[in-house]
Amino acid sequence: MNDWSWDYVGDIMPKLLDGLWVTVQATLLGSVAAFALGLVWAIALRSPSRWVTWPVGALVEFVRNTPLLVQLFFLFFVLPGWGLSFGPLTTGVIGLGLHYSTYTAEVYRAGIDAVPRGQWEAATALSLPRGRTWVAVILPQAFRRVVPALGNYVIAMFKDTPMLSAITVGDMLFQANSIGATTFDYMEPITVVGVLFIVISYPTSVLLRVLERRLVR
Amino acid sequence: MSADSSLSKVTVNPAVDGSELIRFDKVTKRFGANTVLDALDFTVSSGKHVTLIGPSGSGKTTILRLLMTLARPDEGTIRVGGEYLTHEERGGRLVPAGEKHVREVRKNIGMVFQQFNLFPNMKVMRNITEAPVHVLGLSADEAEERARGLLELVGLTEHADKFPTQLSGGQQQRVAIARALAMRPQVLLLDEVTSALDPELVAGVLDVLRDIARTTDITMLCVTHEMNFARDISDDVLMFDAGRVIESGPPEKIFNDPDQERTRQFLSAVL
Ligand SMILES: Nc1ncnc2c1ncn2[C@@H]1O[C@H](COP(=O)(O)OP(=O)(O)OP(=O)(O)O)[C@@H](O)[C@H]1O
Ligand SMILES: [Mg+2]
Repeated sequence: MNDWSWDYVGDIMPKLLDGLWVTVQATLLGSVAAFALGLVWAIALRSPSRWVTWPVGALVEFVRNTPLLVQLFFLFFVLPGWGLSFGPLTTGVIGLGLHYSTYTAEVYRAGIDAVPRGQWEAATALSLPRGRTWVAVILPQAFRRVVPALGNYVIAMFKDTPMLSAITVGDMLFQANSIGATTFDYMEPITVVGVLFIVISYPTSVLLRVLERRLVR
Repeated sequence: MSADSSLSKVTVNPAVDGSELIRFDKVTKRFGANTVLDALDFTVSSGKHVTLIGPSGSGKTTILRLLMTLARPDEGTIRVGGEYLTHEERGGRLVPAGEKHVREVRKNIGMVFQQFNLFPNMKVMRNITEAPVHVLGLSADEAEERARGLLELVGLTEHADKFPTQLSGGQQQRVAIARALAMRPQVLLLDEVTSALDPELVAGVLDVLRDIARTTDITMLCVTHEMNFARDISDDVLMFDAGRVIESGPPEKIFNDPDQERTRQFLSAVL
C-alpha cells in the first residue's frame, strides 16, 4: 500500500476537474430533460383518452423498472445499429433524462393532484381553455409543491453520473479510472472523486431543505 | 356602495323580455344507486332571481353543477337560451355535445362557489382579467378597465394588487363575484356563497349581491340558507325535496303561506 501523496493529488487535479465539469454538464442537461419529459408524461397521463394514457403509462413503467445502466448500453450500443447514434455525452444526457423523467412524472402527478379540485372547477366555470388552465392555474400552483422533490432527484442523478463512464463519457470517475490505469495508483484519484461528490451534493441538499421550508408553507 | 356609477359597466343583456332562459326537461342524475334528481322539469325566465331551498342532500348543488357543466345528466336535456347545454343537434338528431359546443353555451353562465375558489397564484386584478382576456379575447387594457368597474361595484378598488390570501373571506368572495361578472354571463349561479364566511362578513357579501340584483338584469339562480336575503331578492322560490320541485312561487307565498306541509316543516326548522 502506498502512502497518500499530495503532490500526486496536485498533478491529477486538472484532469479530475475536467471530469467534474462533464459530470456537472450531464447532471444539469439531464435534469432539464427529466423535468421537461416528466411534465409531458404527467400531463399525458391525465388525458381523457386511453389511446394516450395506455402507451405513455406502459413506457413510463418500463423505463422506471429497468436499470439505468442497461438503458445507457441500449442507447449507446444498440441504437446506432438502427442508424441512430449520438456522442457519448448526448447519449448519457438522453439516458439520464429519460430514466429520471419517469420519477419526475410521479412528482408532478402528486403536485398536480394536490391542487384542489375547486381550481379546476373555477377554470371550467370561466370557460378557460384546457391549455390555459394548465399553464396559468394548475402548474404554477403545483410547481411550489414539486420543487423540493425535483431537487432531490437532481442530487440522485448527480450521484448516478458515474454510470456514464461505462459508455465512455469523460466524467469524474472515467478520468480517475484512466489515471489509475496508467499510474497503477487508484487511491488518490478515487478518493478525490468521492470527496468532490460530497463537497457538491451535501451543501446542495442543505440548500434544498432551506428552499423547501420557504416554498411549502 | 356606488351602484349607480357602476351600473353601466355591469349591465349584461339589455334585452330582458322575460322569455325562458333555462329549461330542464326530465333531467335525471344518479350517483351510483342514489337517484339525486328524478326526471326534474323546471324553467327560469330571463332576468329573474330564483332561489332554491330545500333540505340538505335534496340536489340543489347538483342542479347548479349540471348547469355549470361540472357534472353531466344521466337522462334528459338542459337548455340555456334555447341552446342545448349537453347536447347538440346534428342532422336533426340530438347527440351528446362536443367540447367546443359546451364551451360556447357555457360562456353565458357564471358561478360563485361556497369556497370562493380564487386562483391563489394570481393577484386580484388578474383573477378578474384572466378569462376575459383568454376566453373573450379582450385586450389587457379593456379587461382591466372592466375589472376596475367591477372592483368598484364590490367595494374593493384598493385591493386590486393583493393576492387572495391577503384578503378576508368576505373580500375574497366579493372578488369571486367580480370575477364571474367580468365574463358578462346571462346567468349567475350562487351556491351558498356565504356559508363559509365568518358571521360578521356575511352582510357585506349579501349587500353586494342585493346591489347586483337591483342594478343589473342578470338572471340569478341562488342556493342559500339566508332566508331574509332570499325574501329580498327573489322573484321566485323553488322548494326542493328528494330531487323534485315540490312547491314554487313568489317569496311572500312560500315563506308566509306554503301549500305543502313539507315546506312548512323545512322553513320552521331553518327560520
Ligand atoms: N360527486 C358525488 N358523488 C356521489 N354522490 C354525490 C356526489 N355529489 C352529490 N352527491 C349526493 O347527491 C345528493 C345531493 O347532493 P347535493 O350536493 O346536490 O345536495 P344539496 O341540496 O346541495 O345539499 P346541501 O344543502 O347539503 O348542500 C346527496 O345525497 C349527495 O350525497
Ligand atoms: Mg349544496
